[in-house]
Amino acid sequence: MKKRPLYGLIAEFENPDELLAAAHRARAEGYRRMDAFTPLPVEGLAEAVGFEKTRLPLVVLLGGLCGCVGGFLLQYYPSVIDYPLNIAGKPFNSWPAFVPVTFEMTILGAALSAVFGMLAMNGLPKPYHPVFNVPRFELASRNRFFLCIKAHDPKFDPARTRDFLAGLRAREVSEVEA
Amino acid sequence: MDELSRNSTQRTDTSPPVIGPGHSYGSVTDKISAIVLTQPTSKGWWFGFLVSFSLLMVLMASITYLLLNGTGIWGINVPVGWGFAIINFVWWIGIGHAGTLISAILLLLRQTWRTSINRFAEAMTIFAVSCAGIFPLIHVGRPWLAYWLLPYPDTMGVWPQFRSPLVWDVFAVSTYATVSLLFWFVGLIPDLATLRDRARHRAAKIIYGILAMGWRGSAVHWHRYELASLLLAGLATPLVVSVHTVVSFDFAVGVIPGWHTTIFPPYFVAGAIYSGFAMVMTLAIPIRAFYKLEDFITMRHLENMAKIMLATGLIVAYGYTMEVFMAFYTGHAFDKYMILNRFTGPYAPVCWALILCNVIIPQSLWFRRVRASVPALFLISLIVNIGMWLERFVIVVTSLHRDFIPSSWGMYSPTRWDIATYLGTIGLFLTMFYLFIRFLPMISIFEMRGLVATRGKTGEQV
Repeated sequence: MKKRPLYGLIAEFENPDELLAAAHRARAEGYRRMDAFTPLPVEGLAEAVGFEKTRLPLVVLLGGLCGCVGGFLLQYYPSVIDYPLNIAGKPFNSWPAFVPVTFEMTILGAALSAVFGMLAMNGLPKPYHPVFNVPRFELASRNRFFLCIKAHDPKFDPARTRDFLAGLRAREVSEVEA
Repeated sequence: MDELSRNSTQRTDTSPPVIGPGHSYGSVTDKISAIVLTQPTSKGWWFGFLVSFSLLMVLMASITYLLLNGTGIWGINVPVGWGFAIINFVWWIGIGHAGTLISAILLLLRQTWRTSINRFAEAMTIFAVSCAGIFPLIHVGRPWLAYWLLPYPDTMGVWPQFRSPLVWDVFAVSTYATVSLLFWFVGLIPDLATLRDRARHRAAKIIYGILAMGWRGSAVHWHRYELASLLLAGLATPLVVSVHTVVSFDFAVGVIPGWHTTIFPPYFVAGAIYSGFAMVMTLAIPIRAFYKLEDFITMRHLENMAKIMLATGLIVAYGYTMEVFMAFYTGHAFDKYMILNRFTGPYAPVCWALILCNVIIPQSLWFRRVRASVPALFLISLIVNIGMWLERFVIVVTSLHRDFIPSSWGMYSPTRWDIATYLGTIGLFLTMFYLFIRFLPMISIFEMRGLVATRGKTGEQV
């Protein structure tokens, strides 16, 4: 059977501290295209594998603002423009009465942006990923911690990178087929 | 979740731990996922599910009969135009609020004890809101026109009344249902990945795999995920306060004595948290006993929930006191009569039962011995659930049945269809809950791993 191209090399660790140390060592060694896989979030790990700031808070703010403006206009248009009702001469733009719906729409807009923004930025749903080809990877959702150095990293070399990872006290180093 | 565990303050030795000793990442994963994947479905589950499902069928029959014959089958009349439907709506929504408080507010306050209860508490919220949402739709005169509550450009050229709390409710409850569902589902994604990886049957693997959306635990993904969860928690907190405030406005903007009072928003929100925690307690105690989860839902959790119940119960008691005080302080004949009627009129037994259930009996929670007794906590939580239902009954019925003009006074009593519909919604709630505990991890697995990590780091009890 024809062998598929190499996606990268993956090393397995038994606890988050070893993984974090390994990620720092790999970064110091010059590797830039890495990712780590853990069954729970590990503080500092995203930075260690080279991740910078995320734009998610901005997306959520914009979603909230859209909800806010949209909710207010939703009430303003019928009450002031389309079908104003003269109720004892009270103002058509009765904005205090419009606050509850505007508030709820703000929350809704922000929450939808947070969820779908997070999923979109994470590239999810993504049913297939090369790391799923590694048999022991299913432990990444149980109790094992993985570091993957991708083949398209400029410093990547199948033999040298494998030796480097083995030297990081990994339990096992495997190839990841694309 | 990581900064959550790191910031847990040092406990004194007297309070129980948040997680039993001797657990590892693997053991917490295995124990919780085994309930879904490997343990055979117990006879107890089947029995409970069949009882719940039968009640659900009662609900279906009641709604069908209602749609065919109209709201005359219920006990509502003039002057009491709102009866069980609104009482049950407020009761169910109130119950839902504790789930959001546990998921969102306790996350923001960095309380580690929320970890083992937040998943099923949030599930409880979603199911409770589903039950609540039925009532506004079916209790209107023409339910097939309920969509008129939505603001769409219609052929008649008219719009909903945006200045009415009833329309505010449409937005508030819809937003609450949507945000709770999203928050709960997002929290499930890493655990669905765990189930996908540990499932042995092909069908289970595929279904959990689809729901997990390819989650692989990437550090970059976790970073955004944590941020999204914190943001959702920050959004859900004002949401939960606003939703029950808007529900309280259903009454507070009305002019009849007993309704038109500014104490209602905080009083309702506190009452919601009170009844919600009572329901979480009612669910947590059997679950931990039946599924042997005492290591995860420890006495610390039960004790903390009891303390919150005590605190919110006192706020509710303050609300009652203010109602009585204000009625006499206003010197207003109608307000004074309303309060006297509540305590000495035809519905006085209901009102006194309410005081017993909500104010008097929960004071026993001051005593540590009571808080440490699981049967006592279970009983008190049931009593509070009943008491909070009675509170909504008293608010709705006593104010409507005797308001300003004596010639308009009347009486209200529920019919069998009122009761059947109510019991039916309990059936709907329990059916969904039984399905949840059978097919989904009822405790957040990855957050429990976080607790194990914290204990490993600091070496002390978490």
